[in-house]
Amino acid sequence: MSCDDKVDCGRRRLLVATATVGGVAGVAAAIPFVSTFAPSERAKSAGAPVEADISKLAPGQMMTVEWRGKPVWIIHRTKEMLDSLTKLDDKMADPMSSRPMQPGYAKNEFRSIKPEYMVAIGICTHLGCSPTEKFKTGAESGVTDDWQGGFFCPCHGSIFDLAGRVYKSMPAPDNLEIPPHVYLSDAKILIGEDKKGA
Amino acid sequence: MGAANADKYKSDGTAAGGLLEWVDARFPLLSLWNDHLAKYYAPKNFNFWYYFGSLAMLVLGLQIITGIFLTMHYKPDASLNASGIPAAFASVEYIMRDVPWGWLIRYMHSTGASLFFIIIYLHMFRGMLYGSYRKPRELIWIFGVLIFLMLMAEAFLGYLLPWGQLSYWGAQVIVNMFTAIPVIGPDFALLLRGDYVVSDATLNRFFALHVVAIPLALIGLVAAHIMALHEVGSNNPDGIEIKKKKGPDGIPLDGIPFHPYYSVKDLVGVVVFLMVFAIVIFFMPEGGGYFLEYNNFFPADPLVTPSHIAPLWYFSPYYSILRANTVNFFWIDAKLWGVIFMGLGVMIFFFLPWLDRSPVKSIRYRGPLFKGALVIFVASFLILGVLGTLPATPGLTMIAQICSILYFAFFLLMPIYTSLDKCQPEPERVTG
Amino acid sequence: MKKLFLVLLTATLLVPWLAQAAATDVRLDKAPDLSRNMAALQNGAKVFVNYCLNCHSASYYRYNRLTDIGLTEGQIKDNLLFTADKIGEPMTIAMRRAEAKEWFGVAPPDLTLIARARTSKAGSGADWLYTYLRSYHRDDSRPTGWNNLVFPNVGMPHVLWELQGEQVLGPDHKLVLAKPGTMQPAEFDTMVADLVGFLNYIGEPMANFRKELGVIVLIFLFVLFIFSYALKREYWKDIH
Repeated sequence: MSCDDKVDCGRRRLLVATATVGGVAGVAAAIPFVSTFAPSERAKSAGAPVEADISKLAPGQMMTVEWRGKPVWIIHRTKEMLDSLTKLDDKMADPMSSRPMQPGYAKNEFRSIKPEYMVAIGICTHLGCSPTEKFKTGAESGVTDDWQGGFFCPCHGSIFDLAGRVYKSMPAPDNLEIPPHVYLSDAKILIGEDKKGA
Repeated sequence: MGAANADKYKSDGTAAGGLLEWVDARFPLLSLWNDHLAKYYAPKNFNFWYYFGSLAMLVLGLQIITGIFLTMHYKPDASLNASGIPAAFASVEYIMRDVPWGWLIRYMHSTGASLFFIIIYLHMFRGMLYGSYRKPRELIWIFGVLIFLMLMAEAFLGYLLPWGQLSYWGAQVIVNMFTAIPVIGPDFALLLRGDYVVSDATLNRFFALHVVAIPLALIGLVAAHIMALHEVGSNNPDGIEIKKKKGPDGIPLDGIPFHPYYSVKDLVGVVVFLMVFAIVIFFMPEGGGYFLEYNNFFPADPLVTPSHIAPLWYFSPYYSILRANTVNFFWIDAKLWGVIFMGLGVMIFFFLPWLDRSPVKSIRYRGPLFKGALVIFVASFLILGVLGTLPATPGLTMIAQICSILYFAFFLLMPIYTSLDKCQPEPERVTG
Repeated sequence: MKKLFLVLLTATLLVPWLAQAAATDVRLDKAPDLSRNMAALQNGAKVFVNYCLNCHSASYYRYNRLTDIGLTEGQIKDNLLFTADKIGEPMTIAMRRAEAKEWFGVAPPDLTLIARARTSKAGSGADWLYTYLRSYHRDDSRPTGWNNLVFPNVGMPHVLWELQGEQVLGPDHKLVLAKPGTMQPAEFDTMVADLVGFLNYIGEPMANFRKELGVIVLIFLFVLFIFSYALKREYWKDIH
């Protein structure tokens, strides 16, 4: 900032200094106000990680648990179901799961930690509807004649396979999201957190 | 119109200047700035007492901002939650604990309410010291008294919202005062509550009035207060009109532009106020039980009245006047007289501009009669305030009665003692 | 003007004096300030969870907030989490209020704010609680067999009697320990002090942080004051 003869340099320096200190005070005062918009302790408690007991989940069955108000699916996939996935690769929009819709440990062929257990958030990546399960194969499913089992979104017709991968040319842009989760034991999954302990 | 256009902002060629010119051609930005700040000439001799006007504006702003944020989390709901606690009460604790930084915003709001009244009382006292209510400033004063009334309503309505024991019973007692009004009283009280006792219906309507209706009225009245002030110009500690002595440029000789002189001066006042504000919020948020009453940490229980209900400190002078009336005059009983006197105690301020017959405005040039009367008035007001927070005993009631009489005597005898008073001549120009 | 200020000052000084005159006549023992003594607060939490949390809730206080007083989430889960499933949940109780009212005459109050609510001119809420919990005595005229000097005809029986023993009201209206409990009197007082310290803490868990932040805010405002005052002086040197 240059000073010429017309303005009083000392006064200007003081004005700038005071405005700076006052501005810092203003910003500091704004922080608490903006922070009140963040989720409260109650919301955080309600959104805390949930434990799911998978010991009674039979092969070929699916269960739903609620985490942060969203349905989380756990599917016990059979050998046939797993075999069907690789056959479908060329029909998928993102067969190798290269887009970041899953944590690193679920970025594999089956999009899961253990191949037989699929964990996914049951919310369509298009506009937030919850797809319905279509585990029956073939024409019986009512989806397509060569249907291998998967999910069908009733809102805009997106279809997903049994790894939550979206088919090509569907309204939904991405595969279903895999939430952070961890096996506490063989029978227990903690959904919402990666690390044991907590 | 031609003259007005000549005052319009002319761009200096920069982008910001261009934008300003564009705006000023469509909105009176420059003339607002000049009329109220840069070319509003205020007397140069403002003293300590002149900080409280701008501080009152600051606190009003703070209360509105903190209030908006509290409204996002507060629930006006008297029904009991799973733990048997009224939802409204629980939502205040939710703000205090679960909402990030909610405690700070809540303490700012509760402390702000009390400091608002301290500032307003000092601001009114300033007016009485220097005769700021006298001609030509009667309307400023009347708007001011209306603001004071609205503020009392706002504080009373807001105090119900935490739904603690004193919130509940305070509202119960004050609403029941209206039952003293003959004939329509009981029905009027029922209409206020919307129920036979203070209840969820009352809480909801008080909430609506507290967060929307009264704040709107307050903002409007404050705007009117300031517009009237800037029309006639500020008074000063000498109580003389600076506009009577103007220089060749039409600017009062004793006037200085509000901005930058009083904006930088008021900034100092603001910082000092914020320090006081911070001391209360961070080190004594309950204000010794006067700003947040301890009994109000018990949730409202319609079946159990606390042993001692005291109104909030800023109402206590008027509460004392209410209680001091124990005599039935004429055909009207003591209860109604109490309510009448309490109402008159506030309303009488409206008449101040016409009760004062002194030839001078400022206390600096007034005689001993007015000075003595003001001292007695302030002392009786303070004593009434203290008494209002204490349980009534016969001895204390008598003191309250004497102080109530002195309070009203200050106003009612004013035409007499101000005309008899020996005043000194006012100076031609403002002094130090 | 001077005279006026003097009168104002005197009248204001009357406030504490008159207020003192109106204070209640119960003499309260001073509770020690344990607000920064983590070990005491942790012990108080343990006592609270074991003895109080069956009938009284602390329904605005979340279990995970116990990390404030130096406990780890694992410790909370293993030792203290009796009435909830998740660590983020508040200290509520299963007892229904209607039933509680039938059993005790009044529903046991929520204790989260008890220390703030019991503050009065006689002393802090902690003082009240500290005196109250040590002032139980035998009284056969009461349905519970217990009465209390600080809280006459209290609905709650003496929950800690096995620890304190049985006090009776002596002829001079003083409490006498008639039958010793499992704890020495000094030991019992320390335990009650820890419990009261914990109750005082949950009344306003952010109190320590509030005071620390206050110091920073005031220092900052003081700096701003120096600058703004200098600025005012700078501008006002034009005005004579």
